[in-house]
Order: sequence, then structure tokens, then C-alpha cells
Amino acid sequence: MTHRNYDLLGEDGRRAVETGLATAEWYHSDVPRAVMKDLMKRSDAPAIRDTVIFYGAMILFAGLGIWLWPSWWSAPFWLAYGVLYGSGSDSRWHECGHGTAFKTGWMNDLVFEIASFMIMRNSSTWRWSHARHHTDTYIVGRDPEIAVMRPTQMFKILLAFVGVLDVWAYFKGTIYNAVYGPTEAEKTFIPASGWAKVTYVARISLAIYAATILLAVWMGSILPLMVIGLPRIYGSWHMVLTGLFQHGGLADNVLDHRLNSRTVYINPISRFIYWNMNYHIEHHMFPMVPYHALPRLHEVIKADLPAPTPSMWAAYKEIWPAWIRQMRDEDYFIKRALPATARPYREDLHTAALGAAE
Amino acid sequence: MPQWTLACKTTDIDAEDLIRFDHGGATYAIYHSPDGKFYATAGRCTHEDVHLSDGLVMDYVIECPKHNGQFDYRTGEAKRAPVCINLKTYPVKVEGGQVFIEV
Ligand code: FES
Repeated sequence: MTHRNYDLLGEDGRRAVETGLATAEWYHSDVPRAVMKDLMKRSDAPAIRDTVIFYGAMILFAGLGIWLWPSWWSAPFWLAYGVLYGSGSDSRWHECGHGTAFKTGWMNDLVFEIASFMIMRNSSTWRWSHARHHTDTYIVGRDPEIAVMRPTQMFKILLAFVGVLDVWAYFKGTIYNAVYGPTEAEKTFIPASGWAKVTYVARISLAIYAATILLAVWMGSILPLMVIGLPRIYGSWHMVLTGLFQHGGLADNVLDHRLNSRTVYINPISRFIYWNMNYHIEHHMFPMVPYHALPRLHEVIKADLPAPTPSMWAAYKEIWPAWIRQMRDEDYFIKRALPATARPYREDLHTAALGAAE
Repeated sequence: MPQWTLACKTTDIDAEDLIRFDHGGATYAIYHSPDGKFYATAGRCTHEDVHLSDGLVMDYVIECPKHNGQFDYRTGEAKRAPVCINLKTYPVKVEGGQVFIEV
């Protein structure tokens, strides 16, 4: 059994660079250029519509929550507000970070900054970390966004649903960034030209949280924190629910997104919150395709992909036993069958990296 | 010594699109802008070693297919992170329906 070292400055990352597993060429399904151009086409309209609904609903739910506060009747509105704030902002951060949600650059940037603040991610750091996630998806020691590391630590997965560890890590990291700039590990994926912005964003974010806490103390109420900050704890469960099935239980150290990512059919409300990122193999293979075109891309390439998982329930039925097994066996992963119409997995690309599969 | 080299016919590239052109062991990208002009740049992104020919041309911008970094293909200027280093550009001329680049 191979023991994995996820440290970005560690042995596995160094070996990935040496063996060519890092910044390698990945498998892509064939899509005719004319079709792909049509799929990549940008438009402001769908994202403006969704953004108006998104922030409009947040204002409405928060308004009702404040109006009914401190009665328990306010609770359902906080729950709805929290899911948009603590989960929906993750997908807004993601799509606008790629620059694909809107056609207009400043709209992407504006929503990206707001969403990054809400989801408690330094907008500068995470722009770069996500680029690395796409270069080296689930390459151990290279990808800074591996959600569940092996051996599986179940308590960390369960705590993620209430965001406690994320929030702790965020404030620890943000205070460090505000004082010293990026950490040594962050410097491995942020170019020097981006370091000053990391510090600047950290200071602004801390100033907003300090003002919110001061207001709460002055009012003698946690109400201001119910609006800013706490929703990252009480509303992050949906982000974790959808985020963990993206890669959960699947292979690492491979160069084919069909082996390390999962496409799952989910309900329309979750798709709105998650902005279609349930089409995750499609997104990783073709990050140029905006969220609103992913269902179309799915139809175009699905004959070349493992069958989509039919529901979240089915996804976790598959993932849970794999996580349990990965508590003891770090090399275990789920390898899903390809349909007869698909091109085979490129075993030659990663035979050396693949462990025991069932 | 740079030389004018035939890259393609003008009809080989749709308006607001690009193609890849390999020559002398190097890769170039040839662009057809929305106003009917032709441009040429290095064929690979300056962020990582990725062919720009699978990317998306929007007006005068080429977006890289890997991390959505953007360049102005007329000047090579890096316009959007994660690209920070400008793209090399090459002179282009069109004669008799053929596109030549000076490389
Ligand atoms: S390889 Fe082009 S933006 Fe990263």
C-alpha cells in the first residue's frame, strides 16, 4: 500500500513533477470544432437572470429573517438564506472564477469577489489554486483542492457539513495572509505578481468581519452575524453534499477525468444552487463551456463517459463503502465501467499510477 | 533570418476563429478577426504548455482552453489571469487569398 503525502511541498508532489504526472496532457472526448465553438459561446443573459434571482432571494429571505427575529418563525428563512450564502456562493465563485458565467468580464469579476468573500476564500489565492486543480486534478501533492484525502478521516467529512474546519482554517490563513502574505505552500501555485493582492484581500475581509462583530457587540445580538459570516456554517451543507460526490471514492494520480470525476443527475433546485456543476466530468474536460451549456455538452459526449450516476443517493451509496475501505486501504478506488461506445481508458497514461481497482 | 511562410488559405479559418499551424518544429496560431483581418501568435499558452487552437476567439481575444486565461491576439498582451506573460506575435500578410506569416 502506498502512503500518500498531500503536502504541496512534499515527496509525492516532487515525484509527480519528476515522472511527468504533473502538468501532463489529459484525455479529451472528441467533439467537432463547430459544435464545441457553439457550446463555448458566452452570453450574459442566463447569468444575469440567475444572479438577480440568487441575490433577490437572499435579500428577501434575510429581510424576512430579520423581521421575524428573534422568533423561531424566522428559522426557515435563515435556513434558505444560509444555503444560498454558504453553498450557492461556492458555485458562483467557481463559475465566475473561470470567467465563463457572464460574457462581460467585469460582471464575472464582481460576482467572483462577492462570492469569494461569502464562501470564505481569498479571491486571489483561490483563483490560482483552482487553476492548479484543473492542471493536476487529484494528483497527490499537486492538487490543493482534494476534498477527501486518504486514509479517509470520517470526522472531517462530517464536520465539513457545518463548515467548522473550513471557517477555522480560513481565519487562521487570513490572519497569516494579512500579516505576512501567502504561505510557502501557497507560493507554489501563486506567481509573485499575485502575492500583494492576497494580502490586500485578506485585510479587507478581516476589516468587514471586525465591523460585523463590533456591530453585533454594540447591538447585543448575533443578528449581524446571522447575515454575514455564520451562514458559512449553518448553510454550507449543500455545498458539501454536492461537492463531495465530484471526485469521492474515485481514482487519484490518473490523467483521464472519466476515472477521477463523477457526473450525477440531481434535482432542479440543487442544480440552480450548484450551477450545473453536477456535470463534473464534462466541466473538467472542457472548462471553457459555461454552466448553462453543460447539459448540452453532456448529451454530446455521454457515449464516451461512464454512465451518469442517477441521483445523489446513488452517488453516496457508491461512495460511502469506498470511503470506509479507503480508511484502511489507501490504494483502493472505484473504477467505473465505460459503455461500449466509449474510447477505452488510457491505461498507458497512468498504469504505473493505478492501484488495485474493483 | 525571418521568412514569409505560407500558413493557410484565407478560407481555412472562419471569421472570429483560429487554426493551428505547425512549421519548423514550432507551433503557431493563426487568427481571423471579426473585421476580416488575419493575425498570428505563438501556438501555445504562456501559462502552461497548451495549444491555443482549441480555445475560443471572442472579438480580439483568444481564451485558452485550459484555465480560461486570455490574450489580445493582435498585440499578444496577457489580459486575464492565470496568464501573466504576453504571447509572442508574428507579422502577417495576405496575398491572393493566402495567409503568410513571417517566422
Ligand atoms: S494553460 Fe493557458 S491559461 Fe493555463
